[in-house]
Amino acid sequence: MIAPTLAELTAKGETPEVLFWVGCAGSFDDRYKRVTRAFAKILEAVNVKFAVLGTEETCTGDPARRAGNEFLFQMQAMNNIQVMNAYGVKKIVTACPHCFNTIRNEYRELGGDYEVIHHSVFLQQLINDGRIKMKEGGSYKGKKITYHDSCYLGRANGIYEAPRAVLEALDADLVEMKRCRTTGLCCGAGGAQMFKEPEPGKKDINIERADEALATGATTIAVACPFCMTMLNDGVKNKNKEAEVKVKDLAELIAESQGLVG
Amino acid sequence: MIQQIAFVLTLAAAVFIIARRVGTIRKNIRLGRKPLADDRPQERLKNMTLVAFGQKKMFKRFIPAILHLFIYVGFLVINLEVLEFVIDGLAGTHRIFAPYLGSFYTVLMNIFEFLAVAVLLSCVIFLIRRNVIKVKRFWNYEMTKWPRLDANIILFTEVILMLAILTMNATDQLLQQTNGHYTQTGSLFFSSMLMPLFNGLPENTLIFIERFAWWFHIIGILAFSIYITYSKHLHIFIAFPNTYYAKLEPKGHMNNMPVVTNEVKLMLNLPDANPNPAEAGRFGAKDINDLSQLNLLNAYACTECGRCTSECPASITGKKLSPRKIMMDTRDRMEDVRKRIDKGEEAFADGKTLLNDYITKEEINACTSCNACVEACPVMINPLEIILELRRYVAMEESGAPASWNGMFQNIETSFAPWKFSPADRFNWAQENK
Ligand code: SF4
Ligand code: SF4
Repeated sequence: MIAPTLAELTAKGETPEVLFWVGCAGSFDDRYKRVTRAFAKILEAVNVKFAVLGTEETCTGDPARRAGNEFLFQMQAMNNIQVMNAYGVKKIVTACPHCFNTIRNEYRELGGDYEVIHHSVFLQQLINDGRIKMKEGGSYKGKKITYHDSCYLGRANGIYEAPRAVLEALDADLVEMKRCRTTGLCCGAGGAQMFKEPEPGKKDINIERADEALATGATTIAVACPFCMTMLNDGVKNKNKEAEVKVKDLAELIAESQGLVG
Repeated sequence: MIQQIAFVLTLAAAVFIIARRVGTIRKNIRLGRKPLADDRPQERLKNMTLVAFGQKKMFKRFIPAILHLFIYVGFLVINLEVLEFVIDGLAGTHRIFAPYLGSFYTVLMNIFEFLAVAVLLSCVIFLIRRNVIKVKRFWNYEMTKWPRLDANIILFTEVILMLAILTMNATDQLLQQTNGHYTQTGSLFFSSMLMPLFNGLPENTLIFIERFAWWFHIIGILAFSIYITYSKHLHIFIAFPNTYYAKLEPKGHMNNMPVVTNEVKLMLNLPDANPNPAEAGRFGAKDINDLSQLNLLNAYACTECGRCTSECPASITGKKLSPRKIMMDTRDRMEDVRKRIDKGEEAFADGKTLLNDYITKEEINACTSCNACVEACPVMINPLEIILELRRYVAMEESGAPASWNGMFQNIETSFAPWKFSPADRFNWAQENK
């Protein structure tokens, strides 16, 4: 797989079409690394000239900011902005809604003004432009898929339809959970909850959400966020359903349908 | 004449009390730090028109939306009748508009009566939903006695006020048959159904009932206007400025802290840093005077409907956090501080603060910043912003964030990721193939 770094390209005097911001989960979480590779393979297969920052990328600072540590957030943000501005980055795509939200909405005030696209929207555009050609009768044709809205895509940024359009391109039978779109229930990880135990309560949020997803009878729960992926995976495991029900990212589903991953 | 004097005195007293209370609320909101933003007026006007005036966000839940719409339209339209009341009261006339409007007056009065009946029925259904069906969101733990009573008082008063209008019109129509002072209104559909109740009573008794209902209605409305400025019902006015001044950025955006930006720029030796910044003040919020004026305005706009809490993932799964309680606590704290100021005591010297004494860390730590509460609120209140400001205080001024968050901070500082991985391994995903 080719994943050129921005440093390499710049040294050759080339500029990429888009910077693929991988994010910490996409770089370090074993499960989400598969999503990163799937998305990179799609970009490669459809000849999108992209680059990554590689080891020059650092945490956007989102979890620090949501947990109250504004200093740490701004240190991270300023460093990332300095790096990206030095390379003259204009357009960014990322598979993480938290990175997407932070870079899109919060970096501008600190001097980083970029066009930021979430991979769900990017995939939808590739499909619409015919750059990704969906095959007739793919392996998801007629299969029940439910989509879990990520808070940082949906309510935070108003992106509800692009992920669904991608799933519909798979010819899948898209079933909705009771709480979806604007009333979609959080997976429980946002606002830095990913990095601590939940407060005392009657139930864990991810279990509540997994229950709801399983109740649709879908065999695939589609997600578009690394934290939702972890939380729902855990929820499905908690219900001993991991053999029948898979949690998958949009990029994985598309890559599978294109025969790019096994 | 005596009636006129009594009316002028009553009206003046009500206006005085309301004006004083409005002044207090304004001063309370000004205790906040960041002033209200009024850039992009067209977008703000649009929000206000659609959400406050047009009730747009109410229609996510259809049944309460329709009932609420009746009460809302009834409130607006019946106020036109109150205008006639006031003129009659001041001038000593009776139904001053009737001769000018002729048969149109009959139409108008029938519309008012229809709305009065609609309001009455809606309020009764609302009372049943609250007290008999016990809709869950009205019974969360922060809905203690007073907030529940407050809601019931309001609904009950509206029922009584509407009954007063109908009684007045019924007796009035009977009096029109015998007494020349009572201007002909034409037949009024709803109140004429009540006429048999009063038929056959002596004229004096009828006049007494009619006058009593008239006075009861106008005094009731004035008393009600005073009462709502102390109650959650204030949303009928504050919803308008609240939607106008609401945040325009995408919901995911968190407000920047320019003082921190400057310090970070100084640390990084950036040329545009200001080497002599003004005193930074407190980081984040510990009390209401650290919050923004918009946060405080929000607290007065909250009608305690609990739509936010019923969508909150933390609350749904039994955590202590309830976004409605965040708003109620903020408002209670403002009122408590104001009581001290009014007594001439130092405002914030009671040893209490919004954080800890009203809102606990357990509550703010449970928030997933999912924005469900913000999305659900029919008047565009943002409880999340207050939660995040309180977290900022805890993390930066007290270093009191939960231990695992402090660990996460450390990981970001040392390995530039929230988990403890070597930064050198960040690009390994491209080599692996699992
Ligand atoms: S943002 Fe926080 S308070 Fe609001 S609904 Fe989500 S978890 Fe609850
Ligand atoms: S914040 Fe909004 S949704 Fe929540 S109780 Fe108050 S008015 Fe209702």
